[in-house]
Amino acid sequence: MRHETLAGQPRTPTDVSAMTAASLNTKPAYLKISNVWKAFGDFHALKDISLDIREGEFVCFLGPSGCGKTTLLRAVAGLDLQTRGTIHQGGKDISTLPPSQRDYGIVFQSYALFPNLTIAKNIAFGLENTKRPRAEIETRVTELLKLVGLPDQGNKYPAQLSGGQQQRIALARAIAISPGLLLLDEPLSALDAKVRTHLRHEIKELQRKLGVTTIMVTHDQEEALSMADRIVVMNHGVIEQIGTPTEIYRHPATLFVADFIGEANKFEGNAQKGAVSFGSKTFKCASHAFDAGAPVIAAIRPEDVIPHGPGARSPGAPDVVKQPQNLLDVTIGEMEFLGSFWRTRLRGPDLGDETLIADFSINAARRLTLAEGTALTVELPEERLLVYPRGQ
Amino acid sequence: MAMAIDAALPTGRKLKLSLDRDEITKRGLMVVIALYLVVALAAPLYVMLSKSFSTYSFDLAKFEFQVSDKDGNWGEPITADALNQQLSVVPPAKLGTNSDGRLQATAFFPDFSFRSPVKYKIRGTSDDASFLVGLQLHSGTEWQEFGSNEFRRVMLRPSRAIGLENYTTYFSTPTLFRSIENSVFIAIISTVVTVGLAFGFAYALNRSCMRFKDAFKLVAMVPILVPSLLPGIALIYLFGNQGLFKDVLMGVPIYGPLGIVVGSVFFAFPHAMIIISTALAISDQRHYEAAASLRASSWRTFWTVTIPGARYGLISAAFVVFTLVITDFGLPKVIGGQFNVLAVDIYKQVIGQQNFEMGAVVSVILLVPAIAAFVVDRMVQKKQVALLSARSVPYQPKPNRRFDALCLAWCSLIAIFILGIMATSQFAALVKLWPYDLSVSLKHYAFDRMDGGGWGSYYNSIRLAALTAVFGTIIVFVGAYMVEKTEGFRSGRSAFQFLAMLPMAVPGMVLGLAYIFFFNDPTNPLHAIYGTMTILVVCTITHFYTVGHLTALTALKQIDQEFEPVAASLKQPFYKLFARVTVPVCLPAILEISIYLFVNAMTTVSAVVFLYSKDTALASVAVLNMDDAGDVAPAAAMAMMIFYTNAAARLIHLFISKVLVARTQAWRLR
Repeated sequence: MRHETLAGQPRTPTDVSAMTAASLNTKPAYLKISNVWKAFGDFHALKDISLDIREGEFVCFLGPSGCGKTTLLRAVAGLDLQTRGTIHQGGKDISTLPPSQRDYGIVFQSYALFPNLTIAKNIAFGLENTKRPRAEIETRVTELLKLVGLPDQGNKYPAQLSGGQQQRIALARAIAISPGLLLLDEPLSALDAKVRTHLRHEIKELQRKLGVTTIMVTHDQEEALSMADRIVVMNHGVIEQIGTPTEIYRHPATLFVADFIGEANKFEGNAQKGAVSFGSKTFKCASHAFDAGAPVIAAIRPEDVIPHGPGARSPGAPDVVKQPQNLLDVTIGEMEFLGSFWRTRLRGPDLGDETLIADFSINAARRLTLAEGTALTVELPEERLLVYPRGQ
Repeated sequence: MAMAIDAALPTGRKLKLSLDRDEITKRGLMVVIALYLVVALAAPLYVMLSKSFSTYSFDLAKFEFQVSDKDGNWGEPITADALNQQLSVVPPAKLGTNSDGRLQATAFFPDFSFRSPVKYKIRGTSDDASFLVGLQLHSGTEWQEFGSNEFRRVMLRPSRAIGLENYTTYFSTPTLFRSIENSVFIAIISTVVTVGLAFGFAYALNRSCMRFKDAFKLVAMVPILVPSLLPGIALIYLFGNQGLFKDVLMGVPIYGPLGIVVGSVFFAFPHAMIIISTALAISDQRHYEAAASLRASSWRTFWTVTIPGARYGLISAAFVVFTLVITDFGLPKVIGGQFNVLAVDIYKQVIGQQNFEMGAVVSVILLVPAIAAFVVDRMVQKKQVALLSARSVPYQPKPNRRFDALCLAWCSLIAIFILGIMATSQFAALVKLWPYDLSVSLKHYAFDRMDGGGWGSYYNSIRLAALTAVFGTIIVFVGAYMVEKTEGFRSGRSAFQFLAMLPMAVPGMVLGLAYIFFFNDPTNPLHAIYGTMTILVVCTITHFYTVGHLTALTALKQIDQEFEPVAASLKQPFYKLFARVTVPVCLPAILEISIYLFVNAMTTVSAVVFLYSKDTALASVAVLNMDDAGDVAPAAAMAMMIFYTNAAARLIHLFISKVLVARTQAWRLR
């Protein structure tokens, strides 16, 4: 946990989480996207997108490539005009304004730093022509260089910096003009994994310091989960779900979200009252509104599967079984060591031909002496077993 | 939310981005440059095309006369046609004419006397009948009365009709249409020889370890710096009627196909060599390693790896050479003798016979192979792009004594050929009277004593080249920037792109003639530039537009597409980005465009030969005219002056590039 007091804006992570939960909700929308469509001929890249983003919020557009997330960002930036719909920023209709008349800073995956200008001149590019005295511009540039952690690099050329450093300069250039909105188009995708993780953290930190409303486009779920206040999951031009990272992860609204973010076991089955049946069993599950007998898909994440020791069913067993109906007898097929946990493939008579993938902690595996071929009883926790409609 | 998938796009009007000042400026600039290309290219070509379908003849039924007796009593009106049938003054064959045709009205009145008191009336029977009185053009169906003294100044003008007659005439005149065969024949032979020689040369440069590679590269580029007339002149000195080595040819005259082919090989060689060399340079070492590991013989490797890898380069080189040779005018003019080719036919029709319509017909015919070659070449080039993008390991030649010696011999022979031509021209320019008095003097450089424009023409050429380089580079680069870096306005941009590619397919002679038609029309508001330096600059920029445009596009495509959005988000106008980033980053390409325009403006003959005036005579045209007048040695001397100038310009360019690049491209060094 960091508790820093920063230039004029003391704010702790606690503040932010409190804000996310309560104060943010009461603030009016800073960016209001209403019924936006984008058509390329017969292909609809965006279909009736409506979305409110509140001031100071960090929102990620997340989705597979071709889902429309970049198209939506470019519509907000005025780079690709939407076919229908309106966009308001700070109460002003910006739907058809050219980029130069909108109020945002933008960072691209390619950094887009001007190669023939020094770092300092790159950052100062947007500050010129603003009737600011030269000394003030210089001070601002020095301040920004310090802010992104690259003081004393002002006289170098972009090609002399590493990718991560260049992206920080691009960020400094974008925020130099103190924009009302910061747009990040896959800013970390061109960097290698280590730098990416590090910069992820720094960008989030900087955004908190400045309190600037930010939209980031990414296809990397880890990036979205770790950085965003809210995530907008998109697929085929529509929004699948909007929510905080935990909401999205714990309560995926659609099967697509469950599948795209994290991993999920999927079983074709039928709905029952307060339960779902698949394989040869019926399990209690999270509440749903399906009629009994309706075709559904039941989904559960591998890490939500709970292993129980032998004799889980007998009264007085050491493990607490919350819902005896959801117990399943299985045998471990293959085990795969993935560093912090074991991934196992479980098979059992009640599953029919299906395989259940479950992740067990190193501890659990040791405690229960799990090995390939071991028989054990697992529980599919009621509230973690989610049900989605199944197409014919 | 998943419901939205099935919803259809709501009806409504398409949104349009409101324009900011930047966008308006950009579109304005693009319209200006597009307008330039329309005026300097599309409109003249259109006028020329319509000219080739225009026929002119005197339509005698359109004119009506009335004659009075001595006392002023008017007789019956009678048409010129009726008079002609009675008197047969103008035989039907003589009624066809050209756009300048005039027919004296008095021809229809055998007893006309300008002193008689008889009065004449004339009118058209339709509105488009026109006649001249002195320089004044009259038309219409109103009767106009003239005294006999004035009536002798009345000239009937022909009426214009649209039709294929010019083409029929062309194809029924063997002396004319034989030129098609001649041109194609010359171009094919020259192409095969040039591509063969250039392939060997490029292969030696890229695939052997022979010595003096840099020197050979330098020598191979020399022909670019001289007008195509120069090899013609040199060949005449070597093998002409008084040539040193005339006997080597064993009676075959150098004047004609032989001379044209040899000279064409000389001036087309560097173009082919550059293209093939580029194609060979991108080949992949791994293919050769694979071939070696499969134990393929080097002969088999050559045919299965080398040739397929370079095939696009070879095809492209072939088309470029073919187009260069078939459209060239200077060389066949100098050494062609009685052997007619299309480009020279245009000149003969226009300058020799003042038959502009027939000149237009030949131009249209010359456009066909040039455009066909151009289209095929563009298609092939598109395929080559895919080949280039592969990440290949560059080929590293290994020393092989026999092979390297062979390569050295091949390149030396070609270098001797090129340097021999240059040396001959230089020698001819310096000796007093070839071949009788071989003592050296500078008297042939006293151009002011010859026809052709003297030293003034040389300075005019430098002015033309400098103006073309400066304004051409600005227009070409800004135009390419507008095409490449603006959003929206797509149809406008692709129309612009088409116009920019067009000059490549238009032979210089055709462009020059089109300019006569377009700019020499007194009703054209741009008529004022006819005969000035301006029209020469406009014509030269347009003639060489495409290569510069492509160079600029290539450089601009390498610049990050995201610069414009970033600058806009930073609220900076596009011209600031253009001046501070785009131009400095593209500086090497910009310098390349300017030197290309300079060198070509110095050497070009074809387009400007129709457009120069007494005050704007050019060095390259002076070479042509002095040669025509029999002053061959001064012609050679002037051609050498062009060479020195271009060589010096190249050196200065190299120097400026080094200095500027060191100053502005420091960022390229890590």
